[in-house]
Amino acid sequence: MKDVRDALMIARNTDGKLVHRPLSPHLQVYRWPISMALSILHRASGMALGIGTLLLTWWLVAAATSPDAFATAQGFIGSPLGILLLFGWSVALIFHFFTGLRHLAWDMGYGFDAPQYDNTGKAVLIATAVTTVVVWVIGLSVW
Amino acid sequence: MANAPHIDVFRSPLGRARGRGSAKHGVGEWLATRIEAVALVPLTIWFVFSVIHLAGATHEQVVAWMQSPWVMALMLALIGTTFHHLQLGLQNVIEDYIHDDAVKWAVSIANKAICVLLALACIVSVLKIGL
Repeated sequence: MKDVRDALMIARNTDGKLVHRPLSPHLQVYRWPISMALSILHRASGMALGIGTLLLTWWLVAAATSPDAFATAQGFIGSPLGILLLFGWSVALIFHFFTGLRHLAWDMGYGFDAPQYDNTGKAVLIATAVTTVVVWVIGLSVW
Repeated sequence: MANAPHIDVFRSPLGRARGRGSAKHGVGEWLATRIEAVALVPLTIWFVFSVIHLAGATHEQVVAWMQSPWVMALMLALIGTTFHHLQLGLQNVIEDYIHDDAVKWAVSIANKAICVLLALACIVSVLKIGL
C-alpha cells in the first residue's frame, strides 16, 4: 500500500487487527432491473449523440462552404451507410429525449415508487419505438 | 503474505482530505444540465421536424430555409445548448470512469476544446449561410 488512497481502504477491526474494508458490490452481482439498463443506455445514447454532432457539423459546414461540398455531404447521408447512421442517430436522440424527460421528473421528486419506475421505464421504450417509426415513416414519405 | 493488509503511508486521512473538497461549482453545472435539457425539449422537436422538412433538399433550399431570422435564432440556440449540454454530460462520464489525474485532466480539456470548436464551426456556418 504505497498510495495514501489505499490507506483509506484499510482499517482496524475491534480486535485491533488491520483488515481490508469491505467493498460494495458492483454491476456484475446485480440482476438487471429495467431502470439500471435504461440508466446505462441513457449515458451510452448521450455519448453516441456526441459522435452524431460530427454529422450535424459536417452538414452545416458543407452547406456554408459550397453547393459541391453540400452535395457530397447530402450524398453520403443518402447512402446506405449514411441512412444507417441517421437511423442510429434518430433512435439515440429519441431515446435520450424520453429517458431525459424521465430524469427531469425524478429531479422534481416524481416517479420513485416501486411499480411506477418500472412502468415509466417500459413507457420510455414504447415511446421510443413508436416515435422512431412515426418519424421515419413521415421522413421517408417526404424524402 | 503479499496481500495482508498493512500500512506504510503515514499521512492521515484528514491530511489527505484537507484542501481537496468541493470546487463549489458543481450545483451550477448540475442545474445547467437540467435547464438545458428542458430547453432542448422544444428545440429538439423543432429540429427533428426541420430535418424531415429538409430531407433530400437542394443547397438552394437549405440556404433559403436558413435565411429566416427565426430559423437562424433557433439553430443558434440549438447549437449552443446542445454542445454545452454535451460537454457537461461527457465531463460527468470522464469524472466517473477516469481515475488517473493526468489522464482525467487531459481528456477533460480535450472534451471542452472539441465541444467548443464544433460549436463554433456550426455557429459560423449558420451565420455564413443565413446572413
